[in-house]
Amino acid sequence: MDDCADIYGAEKMTKGPEVFPGYSSSAMSEAVVPDALVSPAVGSMYGEKAGGPTVDFSYVGIDAILEQMRRKAMKQGFELNIMVVGQSGLGKSTLMNTLFKSKVSRKSVLATAQEKIPKTIEIKSISHDIEEKGVRMKLTVIDTPGFGDQINNENCWQPIMKFINDQYEAYLQEEININRKKRIPDSRVHCCIYFIPPTGHCLRPLDVEFMRRLSKVVNIVPVIAKADTLTLEERDFFKKKIREELRANGIDVYPQKEFDEDAEDRMINEKIREMIPFAVVGSDQEYQVNGRRLLGRKTKWGTIEVENIAHCEFAYLRDLLIRTHMQNIKDITSSIHYEMYRVRRLNENNTAVAHANGIPEHHLAAHEM
Amino acid sequence: MASSDVARHPDKGVRPLSLAGHVGFDSLPDQLVNKSICQGFCFNILCIGETGIGKSTLMDTLFNTNFENFESSHFEPQVKLRAQTYDLQESNVRLRLTVVNTVGFGDQMNKQESYQPVVDYIDRQFESYLQEELKIKRSLHNYHDSRVHACLYFISPSGHSLKSLDLVTMKKLDSKVNIIPVIAKADTISKSELHKFKIKIMSELVSNGVQIYQFPLDDETVAKVNTTMNGHLPFAVVGSTEEVSVGNKMVKARQYPWGVVQVENENHCDFVKLREMLICVNMEDLREQTHTRHYELYRRCKLEEMGFKDTDPECKPVSLQQTYEAKRQEFLVELQKREDEMRQMFVQRVKEKEAELKDAERELQGRFEQLKRLHADEKAALEEKKRMFEDDQSSFSKRRAAAQLLQAQSLTANGKKDKDRKNSGFM
Repeated sequence: MDDCADIYGAEKMTKGPEVFPGYSSSAMSEAVVPDALVSPAVGSMYGEKAGGPTVDFSYVGIDAILEQMRRKAMKQGFELNIMVVGQSGLGKSTLMNTLFKSKVSRKSVLATAQEKIPKTIEIKSISHDIEEKGVRMKLTVIDTPGFGDQINNENCWQPIMKFINDQYEAYLQEEININRKKRIPDSRVHCCIYFIPPTGHCLRPLDVEFMRRLSKVVNIVPVIAKADTLTLEERDFFKKKIREELRANGIDVYPQKEFDEDAEDRMINEKIREMIPFAVVGSDQEYQVNGRRLLGRKTKWGTIEVENIAHCEFAYLRDLLIRTHMQNIKDITSSIHYEMYRVRRLNENNTAVAHANGIPEHHLAAHEM
Repeated sequence: MASSDVARHPDKGVRPLSLAGHVGFDSLPDQLVNKSICQGFCFNILCIGETGIGKSTLMDTLFNTNFENFESSHFEPQVKLRAQTYDLQESNVRLRLTVVNTVGFGDQMNKQESYQPVVDYIDRQFESYLQEELKIKRSLHNYHDSRVHACLYFISPSGHSLKSLDLVTMKKLDSKVNIIPVIAKADTISKSELHKFKIKIMSELVSNGVQIYQFPLDDETVAKVNTTMNGHLPFAVVGSTEEVSVGNKMVKARQYPWGVVQVENENHCDFVKLREMLICVNMEDLREQTHTRHYELYRRCKLEEMGFKDTDPECKPVSLQQTYEAKRQEFLVELQKREDEMRQMFVQRVKEKEAELKDAERELQGRFEQLKRLHADEKAALEEKKRMFEDDQSSFSKRRAAAQLLQAQSLTANGKKDKDRKNSGFM
């Protein structure tokens, strides 16, 4: 505070401020004293936003770390692992292709002459390197052909849960190594998109069972597939019914209520939660609509524009998954789901590893937290 | 999180794909940055240097605040470290800065152990991070990272070469922390001397195998400036929080009768370079190096020391869990053994003590007997004496009685004689 006294003292002697422009002698109480002179004990510095001209020697450069982080992230590249689950014929591959605007699905890559429905559920993943405006991403799409297609679908979630837990296991093993890699390859499933067939009534027992079990280990985003078969009223009714059933069964889909960090998050996420599940239509073909080329489905009664929010909710899904919440999805996977798996794993006796794969799920749930 | 380096050329199974339209994941770096802004950043600097060399002033100057440091005395018996944490904010970035200063470094007569407290401090921070990482229920993202990210080593401006204390300390620290040597109070060295000094220092460091922190060259955007800066190491800095008016500006400077040394003038000293490198360009890299190189090294050594291995002698991967379980069993067995040992020792001690006590008791008993005997003897002697005395007494009284009788008899006999004489005398 001595500094202030000197300034005021100097003020009286020399006429008018020559050193501190914009500083008036009268307004002593509310004078904007340049930060460089008042040195607060615990520093709070501001960039050169306060008044005065060129002198920015109060600027340290701490916020340059944001730029450094950005550079580092761009150099490293990102990884995203998405799993699509649903009966065959629901348009999973098409939706993936639409989301990423390129042929990312397995079908497009390995075009087989005839795609037979497999006898058991298989897990097939395929990876792509995509880049946009300097941001590189390794996208892995994990397909689950055969899910829900058998006559007896009991325990159809087991292979999927096993796969997800295997990825966690692989990451854990790498993490507890003595000599571990600089960057542990992340193959954990970040997001699982579950396709609900557009019956218009309610969730089927298979849907409920699957989502109930898997929402505990992975972020589930349920979508209503082929939503162009529902009218808007039917769609709303269906969605309401689904939300009720999810709530009744205690299924917490992404964005989970319990992981909202602050009021702002909660507000944003509430809006999203009111729209879940998204009614989507996928298409990788473009048509001429009103002079523009748009992705859509052309039928005799009209063209459904995929990215038109009046037609379907694909745009919301895309925004949620990619443009706004992608980092959050990955964070929840790594800091919550993976940690839960790790706790479970490290607590158990070193005997049965296969226990976590869906079979004694209820047995597990009793132990959990 | 952002993980494996995407290969420049596609590897097996990963095919490069071109996008037909705007998908939108170019906002990913922004999402990442936003999250970091919410979380805040953490940075820890360790300043090593002799007392009075200007560590606190430099920190004040670097971060443009007053960290409220007080001067330390030169009479510390041992090197200590003092850590202080501050919360700084610039525009929307919150930084939790921890400045650790050495107190009493270089002041002792015997400086052999001077480096030890510093090494211990750094290891302690690594250890607590390792503990947190190994916990079962952990919260790594909430953890306040106290590991030292950068170490500024203050070299005193002798102009000749490094002191042996400097070399020894830096050698001990180079595998634990990113060392950035700086020449303190650089306004005492002239330009030409400074140049020679810098060259001497760097050559000494190289010849002694000290690995100081090199600014990273792998990112094209900053490679050029980093290369230039690498050539200017060690930075010759001047710190000052006072302002002097130069021209029509107020600048941070030191005023001497012969001129003004401006801190932020690149011709006068390398302060701006240091600030640029430490904060504006490489802060993130410092943190990354600390985590991926120094911490991993510490972790590896620590775990190996505890006996964990990745592969057992047959080169089959050994799970940490198994090793841990085995170790735990071992430890329990050891514990049991120790307990048994202790119990045995206790029993033995008790026996010993008992024997001791018994001995003492016996001895005491013996003494008692002896004393008793003595007492009885004396008593007998006294009795004897008493008897003798009584004998004497009785014989004496007898003799006395006899003498008295004799005397009485002789008296009556004399009386008769006298009477006879008297009677005869009359006649």
